[in-house]
Amino acid sequence: MSADQIVFWVFAPISIGSAIAMLFQRNAVHAALFLIVNFFTIAVFYLVLDAPFLFAVQIIVYAGAIMVLFLFVIMLLGVDRDEVLTERVWWQRPAAVLLGVGVFAELFVAIRAGVGFATKGADAFAETANRGGNPQALSRVLFRDYLFPFEATSILLILAAIAAIVLAHRRRRAITRAERDAEETAVLEPEVVP
Amino acid sequence: MSTPIAYFLLVSAALFTIGTVGVMVRKNALLIFMSVELQLNGVNLALVAFSRMHGNLVGQALTFFSMVVAAAEVVVGLAIIVFVFRRRRTANVDDLSVLRW
Repeated sequence: MSADQIVFWVFAPISIGSAIAMLFQRNAVHAALFLIVNFFTIAVFYLVLDAPFLFAVQIIVYAGAIMVLFLFVIMLLGVDRDEVLTERVWWQRPAAVLLGVGVFAELFVAIRAGVGFATKGADAFAETANRGGNPQALSRVLFRDYLFPFEATSILLILAAIAAIVLAHRRRRAITRAERDAEETAVLEPEVVP
Repeated sequence: MSTPIAYFLLVSAALFTIGTVGVMVRKNALLIFMSVELQLNGVNLALVAFSRMHGNLVGQALTFFSMVVAAAEVVVGLAIIVFVFRRRRTANVDDLSVLRW
């Protein structure tokens, strides 16, 4: 058994286990923490699959930035409130599990027919595709073949940032003179409590 | 590397399926969002595995783009959830039925 097989068989159960734990977790913070574990195991898979650049990006962007954003919003919305588990449609949960089993069976059949369980990775990946190091080779692909999509993503990111600001910004309303006067009179003449 | 590529694809399929079930079962908008992230990660893993299988870096480049789009999607989606929460004081998707007829 080679090293990458050992790594795979150690991390695959952790990956799927943390995903299932996230599914059954009622507390949002605990679910987020399980998701972080899952993201780390996926990063390890990237390392095994000879993608060290994506390994770093996965940890920095997903386990770092995106999950911090999630935890921040959980905090904003209130940590202590648990999920309401009453269903409007009683058969929704069994139907979801059934559909999930169906999707997995379909994917399993597709993988077996399309890839097969004997297919290994391409030989000499480090010398051909990853020539000169993975970040260098990936940047050659990104900036040569996919330059226009790469530039387009920058517009996408700016648009997303602007959209988030527009959505989350609370406009401070100007206080009119009438309101201020009303407030002053309210302070001067307190309402008579019946 | 001696692990068959199909094993990675199976893990990726399992993660995608768990994410799908999560989207259908969970009620909190945030947890639905996390399940969507899980689905995205499953697909990313499949792309990197295919990249390794075919011996070129196109799959990794696609994963890179998918991560950028996911980051943008998370930013906008979480802003929408915060916005809705401010208006309606709830993040439960069953209570948000204004757009339903």
